[in-house]
Amino acid sequence: MRDITKIYPNGVVANDDVNFSVERGEIRALVGENGAGKSTLMKILYGLESFTSGAIYLDGQRVDISSPHKAIDLGIGMVHQNFMLVPSFTIAQNVVLGSEPRKGSFMDADAAIRITESLAKEYGLEVEATARIDATPVGMRQRVEILKTLYRGADLLILDEPTAVLTPQETDDLFEAVRRLVNQGKTVIFITHKLVEVKEISDTVTVMRHGKVTGNVATKDVSEVDIARMMVGRDVFLQVDKAPQQRGKAKARVEHLGYISETGRPMLRDVSFNVYEGEILGIAGVEGNGQTELVEVMSGLKPATTGEIYVGDRQVARKNARQVRRAGVGHIPEDRLTNGVALEATIAENLVVDRYYRPPIAHASIMSPRVIRSQSEALMAEFDIRAAGYDAPMDSLSGGNMQKVVLAREFSADPALLIAAQPTRGVDIGASEFIHNQLLAKRDDGKAILLVSADLSEVMNLSDRIAVMYKGKITGVFQNSPDLTEEELGFYMLGIKEQTPEEMAQNM
Amino acid sequence: MSFETVLASIFSAAFIASVLRVSTPIILAALGGLLSELAGVINIALEGIMLGAAFAGVMVSAFAPQWFPGLPVWVFPWIGVLAGIITGIILAWLLAFFHLELGADIILAALGINILAAGGTVFLMYSITGDKGSTSTLASPAIPNIVIPFVNNIPFVGTLLNAENLTGYNVFTYVALIMTVLITIFLYKMPLGAHLRAVGENPDAAASVGINVKRVRYYALLASGVLAALGGLNLSMGYLTIFQANMTAGRGFIALAVIYLGNRNPIGTVIAALIFGAATSLGAQLGTLSVPPQLIEMIPPAVTVIALVIYNLRKRAQIVANARKFQERAEKA
Repeated sequence: MRDITKIYPNGVVANDDVNFSVERGEIRALVGENGAGKSTLMKILYGLESFTSGAIYLDGQRVDISSPHKAIDLGIGMVHQNFMLVPSFTIAQNVVLGSEPRKGSFMDADAAIRITESLAKEYGLEVEATARIDATPVGMRQRVEILKTLYRGADLLILDEPTAVLTPQETDDLFEAVRRLVNQGKTVIFITHKLVEVKEISDTVTVMRHGKVTGNVATKDVSEVDIARMMVGRDVFLQVDKAPQQRGKAKARVEHLGYISETGRPMLRDVSFNVYEGEILGIAGVEGNGQTELVEVMSGLKPATTGEIYVGDRQVARKNARQVRRAGVGHIPEDRLTNGVALEATIAENLVVDRYYRPPIAHASIMSPRVIRSQSEALMAEFDIRAAGYDAPMDSLSGGNMQKVVLAREFSADPALLIAAQPTRGVDIGASEFIHNQLLAKRDDGKAILLVSADLSEVMNLSDRIAVMYKGKITGVFQNSPDLTEEELGFYMLGIKEQTPEEMAQNM
Repeated sequence: MSFETVLASIFSAAFIASVLRVSTPIILAALGGLLSELAGVINIALEGIMLGAAFAGVMVSAFAPQWFPGLPVWVFPWIGVLAGIITGIILAWLLAFFHLELGADIILAALGINILAAGGTVFLMYSITGDKGSTSTLASPAIPNIVIPFVNNIPFVGTLLNAENLTGYNVFTYVALIMTVLITIFLYKMPLGAHLRAVGENPDAAASVGINVKRVRYYALLASGVLAALGGLNLSMGYLTIFQANMTAGRGFIALAVIYLGNRNPIGTVIAALIFGAATSLGAQLGTLSVPPQLIEMIPPAVTVIALVIYNLRKRAQIVANARKFQERAEKA
């Protein structure tokens, strides 16, 4: 891809004169922060986006890729971050969708199964051809996506953050499969922002920042710190400095919590733990194992079916969100856009939404615009929220700045228990560094923090203790120490290992 | 008439025949709605399309002898059917154009078409015939019945196969049954049918493998227009041979309910339409008892509501069962 420039109609320059190349048979990592332009670049290569100027060459020939269809014809396949699968179809039906084998004018279902099974065998991507997608685990769904591209004759595979939803073990399997693909002559572009993975899987790395390529290097010549520097443009401390812990008494107690979803599925089963003052308790687990429900139940968004939650000595299970907040709970929600902020409202309104009804803002149900303004401007300065003004609309902010608004509101409420769900999702390295430091400052200040994150390295870097959730249950509780490995936690995340109640009690 | 006679009449071949006749227009419209629903573009303009087609069929077939004097008489009703189908396609195309090209909300656009059809048919009827209520001043032909030969002397079977007067079922009833089979084959055995279902379930996934989502949705909406048109024509050229203002009387909406009741598949949809037809026929039978007519008129919609509730309860149970299956699989893996 030569001199690619992409300017969106609203004037945003997503790619600025980008040169990107990949050699046959290599695994090239493409890294960069959110908004660096790596996804746009790959969408251009796959024909999903047009480009403003530049040219694409494949095997020395200039090619025109104006649609995914053309990309597929040229042997380019893409595995998207959110899976492109039809839930009610079987795996075989998904693999052949769009170019089904035919018998006359009818589909040849047997041939589809045969094709899927033989491809799966050839590339070592084990799947169950006749199972429906909605009854298939995430790791297998991803293999289906890869099979789809292979069925369409892809020689160049683009994998867009493929490990985001996988456990360490599933990631290992994926890496093995990727290596096998390359050994059989395929070429792989691997988009990620996890630097450990870059080192582990790739031959070469391209780093992007602000729509430009800032580095093209052989992986073996650089360290993780070097790559991070190229991504951010300054030195980044990948390891956080944690002060020794001053653990106080149990601030929050969760006892035998159970939650059954509206569809009747048990999402939480007999969950019990304490969060102590001056502690970060990390919840690890593959997404969809009850973490979301745990946070929603604890923050008052959903009623617990069974069990109790105490914050201090107040019972907050089945109380509404305002009552829970008044009991001293702060909540940084995982889905910022739905539960974290109101997009049409102003920054100031978002900052005071948990306290607008009481002094000092409101007296006798009348709000004081002056107080709202002074509080908002103070918070914007303190949390470095970059915006046109305190009355700018929320949707004019970048993802990182939106998250800072949420943080400013939740931290300034000075909660005794702070629940942080995926606090750094979708924010860049610079902002996550800031968020991590803020969380640690609260901990050192003697607050209790519950950190729920799908990013295992985040949990391991910040937490004092780690609890692992699997299928709505806590399968293990660990003191965080350098001896605790991702692999070990992975066994609990997959449900392969489970602690006995006695083992768990030791770390309670 | 006593209650016993009503019971006796329900368990008779004549009752089954009447159910089939009442259900035919709903089956046709519901199959059309099913195609659009499965493609992710639910067509709630079925009612308006039925009405428009019913009107066009009567008008064109009534005037066809003047326009084409040389043609044999049996051709005229079929010219009317053709006109009705074309009307259905035009109305469905309008909906598709508004939604797929101009980005209008499909529910609002379809509401517009329903209102257009309700007002437009009466307006045109009054302009042409001078009558606002019905086309009773026009002599419009009927689509014939098909009589199966040799069975009329067999007691139960004769009534079953050729209806109560042994005069056969209307062509539309056979069309509805054949369409059910064809659509089932199309949806589950043919590539385009699979694409249609994929487009409805996950349009991004379909687009990412090169399926033209917009084109598939056009096909689905136009097909729903044709089928709804057949349903409407059945009312004005089979069931009756007259167009009356608002003669569809909500059948297009019942057809929508029937799709969900039938679990969004063709066979289920037909069964659900037959249940509704049975409720309507039962109401007609009870009309002979001294039950207030208002209560009797409530039966078909009440049955529909109850059935929808049962369907939703069943669906929830199914979700739970699926979740359990998923868990078991995950545990095995």
